[in-house]
Amino acid sequence: MATTATEKPAVHHAGAHAGHDEHPEPGFLRKYVFSTDHKVIGIWYAVTGLLFLFFGFCLVMLMRWQLAFPGRPLPLIGSLFGEARMPGGSMLPEFYNELGAMHGTIMVFLGVVPLAVGGFGNFVLPLQIGAPDMAFPRINLASYWSYFLGGVTMLASFFVPGGAAQSGWTSYAPLAVIAGHGQTMWLFGMIFLITSSLLGALNFIATTVQLRAPGLTWFRLPFFVWAQLVTSFLLLLAFPPLEAAGVLQLMDRLAGTSFFMPTGLVVSGQAVAYTGGGNPLLWQHLFWFLAHPEVYVLILPALGIVAEVIANNTRKPLFGYGIMVYSLWFLGFMSFIVWAHHMFFTGMGTTMAAFFQTTTMIISIPSVAILTSLIISLWGGSIRFTTPMLFALAFLPMFGIGGLTGLPLGLAAADIPLHDTYYVIGHFHYVVAPGTLFALFAGIYYWFPKATGRKMSERLGKLHFWPSLVFINGIFMPMFIQGLAGVSRRLYDGGASYDFAKDVTHWNVFMSYSAWGLALAQIPFIVNFFRSIRHGEKVSDNPWEATTIEWAAPSPPPHGNFPTPPEAHRGPYDYSVPGAPRDHSPQWAS
Amino acid sequence: MEIPYTVAERPDTGLNNGKIGIWLFLASEVMLFGALFASYLMMRLGAAEWPRGDSILNVPLATLNTVILISSSVTMVMAWASLKRHDFGKYRLFMGGTVLLGFGFLIIKYIEYSAKFHHGLFPSTSTFLAIYFTLTGLHGLHVVGGMAVNAYFWGPGAKLWKSDPEHFTNRVENSGLFWHFVDLVWIFLFPVLYLL
Repeated sequence: MATTATEKPAVHHAGAHAGHDEHPEPGFLRKYVFSTDHKVIGIWYAVTGLLFLFFGFCLVMLMRWQLAFPGRPLPLIGSLFGEARMPGGSMLPEFYNELGAMHGTIMVFLGVVPLAVGGFGNFVLPLQIGAPDMAFPRINLASYWSYFLGGVTMLASFFVPGGAAQSGWTSYAPLAVIAGHGQTMWLFGMIFLITSSLLGALNFIATTVQLRAPGLTWFRLPFFVWAQLVTSFLLLLAFPPLEAAGVLQLMDRLAGTSFFMPTGLVVSGQAVAYTGGGNPLLWQHLFWFLAHPEVYVLILPALGIVAEVIANNTRKPLFGYGIMVYSLWFLGFMSFIVWAHHMFFTGMGTTMAAFFQTTTMIISIPSVAILTSLIISLWGGSIRFTTPMLFALAFLPMFGIGGLTGLPLGLAAADIPLHDTYYVIGHFHYVVAPGTLFALFAGIYYWFPKATGRKMSERLGKLHFWPSLVFINGIFMPMFIQGLAGVSRRLYDGGASYDFAKDVTHWNVFMSYSAWGLALAQIPFIVNFFRSIRHGEKVSDNPWEATTIEWAAPSPPPHGNFPTPPEAHRGPYDYSVPGAPRDHSPQWAS
Repeated sequence: MEIPYTVAERPDTGLNNGKIGIWLFLASEVMLFGALFASYLMMRLGAAEWPRGDSILNVPLATLNTVILISSSVTMVMAWASLKRHDFGKYRLFMGGTVLLGFGFLIIKYIEYSAKFHHGLFPSTSTFLAIYFTLTGLHGLHVVGGMAVNAYFWGPGAKLWKSDPEHFTNRVENSGLFWHFVDLVWIFLFPVLYLL
C-alpha cells in the first residue's frame, strides 16, 4: 500500500488548487486520506483495486510456472518463498491451492469489483448526474476503509500458520470447514468486504435517485448510470446471503456447530469430531445465490463503460438505448434465479435442473440484446480509433466468446462432462479478463483526462492494447481445447500425470509464456499511467467532445464538482444531430 | 458545499436521502435474515428428528421479551411523535425508555443463554441449538446496534435539535425504522424457534 500513499497526492494535486478559493485548505490527511470527496475516494478505490489486480496476477503467474513445468524449481525468486511453501524452489501442492483460492478471491472481490464499482462508480456517477457529491459522503469513506481492512485481512492470511485459504474462491464446505486458520481469516475478510459493498451500494442508489440534476429525468440518464444502479441493487440484495453463509461457516469453524457438516463424515480415515446433521449443499446454495449475481456485478459496469466509449467514439447515439435499459433490469432480476446452474453436478433432480437451465437460457436473451445493440451502434458511425475505443471494440467479441461458451454450461446435459474442467475456466475468464478488464482499461483511458486534466499517451496506449489482446487470447483460448479433452481445473501438475491429458498438456507451456507476455504488455500502461499524471498532454474540460454531464465540470473537478449546478436539457447521446452547430450537443448546453 | 435533500424532500421522489438510505439498508437486512431463515428451513426439513422449541427453550421468558420489545417499539414511536410536537422533554423520556427496554431484553436474553450453558447446551450440541444461538445471537447484535444509535440520539446526538430540529427529527425517525425492523425480526424468531 506504500505506493498508494505516495502516488495519491500527485493524482489530485491540480484539483486542490482549483477549489481553494472558497474553503480554507484542509490538512493533508483530510484532503487525501480521509477525504469525503467522492472523487478522492473513487481514485483510492481504483488505485487500490489496480494494485490488487496486479497482485492477483502475480499469484497466477506463479501457478503458471508450476503448470508449465511441474515440479521444476522456479529460478531466481523460487527460494524467496521459504521451505514451507516452495522447498528448493519447487512448489508444494498446499501452496498451489493457496495461490488458486487467493487468486480468485482477490481478482473478484478485491480487484475487479472495487475498480469497476468503487472506482468508476464513485468517480464518474455523481459527475454524470450533475451532483456535488454522493448522497452520504461519510458512509462512502467508511465503505472504502472497510474494503481496505478486508484487503489487509486477506493479505495477512498468507502469514498465519498453515497459510491462506486453500479451498478455492468458492470455499466449499465441508473442505473449507476443516481447513487451516487462513480460512477463518478469509471469512472475516469477506465480512469486511460485504459491509463495504453494502455501504457503497445503498449510497449509489440513493445518489442516483435523489441527486440527479434538474432536467435529468430517468430516460436521460447515461447508460453507465443505469448499469451502476442495477449493479448496486445486485450488491445490496445478493451479498447478505453470503454474509449469512459466512456467519454459519464461522460458527462451524469456531463454535463447533454442524451447519455444513453431514452426519458420519470421514476425512483421511478419521471420523470428524462434529455432531453432524448439516448439509454441505446449503453452503453451495447460499454461496451461488450471491455469486451468480456477482457475475453480473462484474460485467454490468463494464457494459456501462463500453456504451459510453462507443457512443462517444462513433459520434452517434447508442442503438436501442431503451431496449438496453430494460434488458439491464431484466438481467438484474433474472440473475437471482439462475444460481443452481453452478450445481448441476451435485445430483439435483431433473425437475430442478430443468427449471434452472430454462432461466439460464432466458437470461442470455437480454445479454445478447445489449451486446447486439452495442455492435449495431457501430454501424454507420465515423469511428475514432482512440485507445479507449480500441479496448471497447475488443471487448465486444471477447465478451461474445465468453458469453457464447457459457451456453453449453447452462444446459445440464452438456454441463456434466464440462463441469470443473478448463473449459469453465476459459469461459469465465473470457467474460472477466478480456471482457471486463478491457472495458475497465477503456474507462481508465477515457476518464483519465477528467481526473487529472491530462491525456494518457495514445502511442503507449496502443503499445499496451495490441500485445495485451494477442497474449490474453494466447492464455485463454487453449483452455477450451484442454477442457474439452477433460482436463480438470484443479490439477496441481496441469494434467502431466494423467494419461488422457497427454495430447493437450503441451499447451500449458504456450499458455504460461502468454501469461508472462501479458505481464510485460502491462509495462507501457504502468509507465503511461504514472508519466501522464504530470507530463501528459494538457487538455480542455471536454477533450473527447462528449455529451454527458461529467464533461461540463472542470478537469480535475474541484470539491463540489460544478462551479454552477448543471441542468440537463436533452438525452445523453445527442451526437451528430441534423442541423446542430456541432457534431455533439451536450446535455448541459441550453 | 451542501448535499441537496439531506433534510428537505426531493419533490419528484417525495423522500429525503436518509429515508431512502435506511429503507435500502433494511432491504439488505431482510435478505440477511431471509437467508438465515431459509437455512433454518433446509436444516429442519433435512433433519431426521427436530425438537419442538418449547421442550428445550424457556417460552415464558421469551414471551416476556416479546412484550418488552414491542413496548420499546411503542416508546420509539412516542419519542418521534414528541419531537414532531416540539416537546423535547417528552422525547428524552421516551427515548430513554426505549434504550432501557432494550437493556431489559438483553438481560433476559443473558439469563436464557447462561441457563443453557449451565445445562451443557452449546451451539455444537445439536443443529437446533446451533441455529437457535446463531439467529438469536445475530438478532442480539442488532439490538445492541440499535441501542447504541438510540443512546447516541438520547445523549450527545441530541445537540442537533437546537440547530436543526427537522434534521434531528428525521434522524430519530430513521433510527426508529431500524428499531422496528429489529422488533419485527424477533416477532418472526419467537414463534419459529420457541413455539413450532
